[in-house]
Amino acid sequence: MEKLRKYIDKIKPNFEPGGKFAKLRSVFEGFETFLFVPNTTSKTGVHVHDSIDSKRTMTVVILALIPALLFGMYNVGYQHYMAIGELATTSFFTIFLYGLLAVLPKIVVSYVVGLGIEFISAQIRGHEIQEGFLVSGMLIPMIVPIDTPLWMIAVATAFAVIFAKEIFGGTGMNIFNVALITRAFLFFAYPSKMSGDSVFVRTSDTFGMGAGNVVEGFSGATPLGQIATQTSGDVVITDTLGSQLSTWDMFLGLIPGSIGETSTLAILIGAAILLFTGIASWRIILSVFAGGYAMALLANTFASTTYPGSMLCPIDHLCLGGFAFAAVFMATDPVTAARTNVGKYIYGFLIGAITIVIRLYNNGYPEGAMLAVLLMNVFAPLIDYFVVESNIKNRLKRVKKGGANE
Amino acid sequence: MADLIKIKRGLDIPLVGEAEKSIKEAVKSEMYALIPDDFHGVVPKIMVKSGDVVKAGSPLMCDKNRTEVQFVSPVSGTVEAVNRGERRKVLEIVVKSDDKFESVDFGKFDLSKMNADAVKEALLQSGMFPFIKQRPYDIIANPEDTPRDIFVTAFDSAPLAPDFSFVVKGEEKALQAGIDALAKLTSGNVYVGVRPNAGVSLTGCKVVAFEGAHPAGNVGVQIANIAPVNKGEVVWTLSAFDLILIGRLFTTGKVDFTRVITLAGSEVENPVYVKTILGASISSVVSGNVKEATHNQRIISGNVLTGTKVSVSDYLRAYSSQVTIIPEGDDCNEFFGWATPGCGKFSVSRTFGSWLFGKGKKYNIDARLRGGERGIIMSGEYDRVFPMDIYPEFLLKSVIAFDIDKMENLGIYEVAPEDFALCEFVDTSKLPVQQIIRNGLDALMKEMN
Repeated sequence: MEKLRKYIDKIKPNFEPGGKFAKLRSVFEGFETFLFVPNTTSKTGVHVHDSIDSKRTMTVVILALIPALLFGMYNVGYQHYMAIGELATTSFFTIFLYGLLAVLPKIVVSYVVGLGIEFISAQIRGHEIQEGFLVSGMLIPMIVPIDTPLWMIAVATAFAVIFAKEIFGGTGMNIFNVALITRAFLFFAYPSKMSGDSVFVRTSDTFGMGAGNVVEGFSGATPLGQIATQTSGDVVITDTLGSQLSTWDMFLGLIPGSIGETSTLAILIGAAILLFTGIASWRIILSVFAGGYAMALLANTFASTTYPGSMLCPIDHLCLGGFAFAAVFMATDPVTAARTNVGKYIYGFLIGAITIVIRLYNNGYPEGAMLAVLLMNVFAPLIDYFVVESNIKNRLKRVKKGGANE
Repeated sequence: MADLIKIKRGLDIPLVGEAEKSIKEAVKSEMYALIPDDFHGVVPKIMVKSGDVVKAGSPLMCDKNRTEVQFVSPVSGTVEAVNRGERRKVLEIVVKSDDKFESVDFGKFDLSKMNADAVKEALLQSGMFPFIKQRPYDIIANPEDTPRDIFVTAFDSAPLAPDFSFVVKGEEKALQAGIDALAKLTSGNVYVGVRPNAGVSLTGCKVVAFEGAHPAGNVGVQIANIAPVNKGEVVWTLSAFDLILIGRLFTTGKVDFTRVITLAGSEVENPVYVKTILGASISSVVSGNVKEATHNQRIISGNVLTGTKVSVSDYLRAYSSQVTIIPEGDDCNEFFGWATPGCGKFSVSRTFGSWLFGKGKKYNIDARLRGGERGIIMSGEYDRVFPMDIYPEFLLKSVIAFDIDKMENLGIYEVAPEDFALCEFVDTSKLPVQQIIRNGLDALMKEMN
């Protein structure tokens, strides 16, 4: 380590203003602080600081994403080999490798494009590279269907980072969740590639691996897609080959869907990490689930065949689609969520409820989690405004009462 | 029986190096100094020149805007120098002690016969008045005001702070005299915040017990939980450590700046209570009790949250009741620090392995920031360590934007920078929170007056 430190100190002057590579200063600093914790000491104010910084925070979030990501990779392979009818003859390792190869390029594209823009804008603004995109860049590949073309991910990521984040001032300043803007951009700009029955299960080979023909009777529709197109009375959700799925199957997540969103179990492991470390707000996660459950229960009580989704049991709703993923990883983004404790309850509850409302009562959108979170991103400052306003009112009341609370 | 208020939010930073409960006499300091920077908002007008003979209690300077507020010499001797810095700013007035410790005689006081003006006059003359601060703005009080109430905090909850019930032993009479004097100055009450079972029996004031972690001992938190400051009101605040000094004036008619402080922190050989005099040289306080080390050390006059960084050649600052020494940490280079399990790193979050060791473990924390400055990302961090009915993050943002209406509405008059010290400690974004609040208060004061 000593040698590396010395080497960095040696080349450092080149990156200072006026040096040979002054244009790469932010990048250099980014790597330096990545390798070594900065040893600047406090100049004003408190003399000691908590060990946590935003690098650590983001690292923990990524750690929490890992179970869902690994499961997602496995599920991509699982769905593929099931579609070509070779599931029983394929080893666990091969299934996972197929998924890994299919997902990895998406992660790389998302990071390269997003971090590239981050680096450039950090240099333009002359501040340190901020870590926010480390999480967004991991979220993006997890919330797209497996057959999304890479160039679309690149375009959408660039759009989201520039227009949803950098023009607002970078990490901490954005109004909308960056990863969800990427998803929304894809959804509205390339609807045919982002919905329907053919994008959620990869039926072709990946880098020459797993070639085969789709078995008869295969349908790539996601459970929510099936509900949306349901016309008759009873709701029966099936896997891609037509056998019925139980709530337990939906909870485990070996079903078609966006890469990281299918396994409620894996997501809950991530939630446990986030909650235990204190990074995510339990208020938001809890109230999203509460809101979703309450709304689904209400809909189920007044179930109607016009809206087939309302026939589904409320617990199934929480396990399907992107609900759990949005509750744990999207709604809890502190920058775009409500920032007061009371506000967090309201914010979360409405996300849950609106997700189900969109899901059930709008035939155009089989899934509502993305739109619900984005909508509430807009309203989060308003919720906070009213919460803070009530504090202000109390303060003014105190003045009128004549001060001391005797 | 005293009222009991439980402070639920807050944090006791578990630092190693707590002082052992025995008092050591400090080495005699040759030089003593008065440092104008300790008195925020005061424009110093120097009243002595080098070579002048002074006694303890002789004025060295006063506030240019309020000349009746005088700042006095802590000991008798001769003025050694008036040291100035850039633009002739006065950095310190150094007095060379004659080792006689003679005080100006302010005569006998009979508190029962004195009125408010007489008490104020005595405090101003003897240089005791600057110990009294006011809310709003957290500056030295204006002697022309009659405060709504006076709040005294009789315990210090900051990390490694002295235990007041230990320090007050033998000074009970002075403390009571101080309370009696304060009672003359307000039309309202004198509130004294104590720890439960502190064992202080005081009369002529309302004693309120506070349970809970730091900042329970901050007078601002106590005010907020007893009777918050509203717009247009003025309350006076002081620490009971300083009130003892005021009390001595009224019991003896003389000033005596002797006080018992703690010398604590991980870099102190034997953390202990030290009897010294305000303004004494740091070297006299720490002499022979600093660990030998090859790494850099940081000496702080005060506690790790609000204290001032000093060097051995500096002096004990005016409001300090402790000297803390911690490692500076600028010579560590931690490889991939953000990715290590971090079992020895303290954090209120459980993102480091240190949670495995539970709450009893003490930490040796150095002065590093441990991260780069960022925009405000995490929410709810400040709220957990800010036990007032105020939204600290929103107040902070209104201060940054300098939106006066909003600042007022969100409670700027109730806070002091020290109340935000823990927010600054836990902040993931490493913002200079106390500095922001201080600047905001200063700008607001300018705007309002």
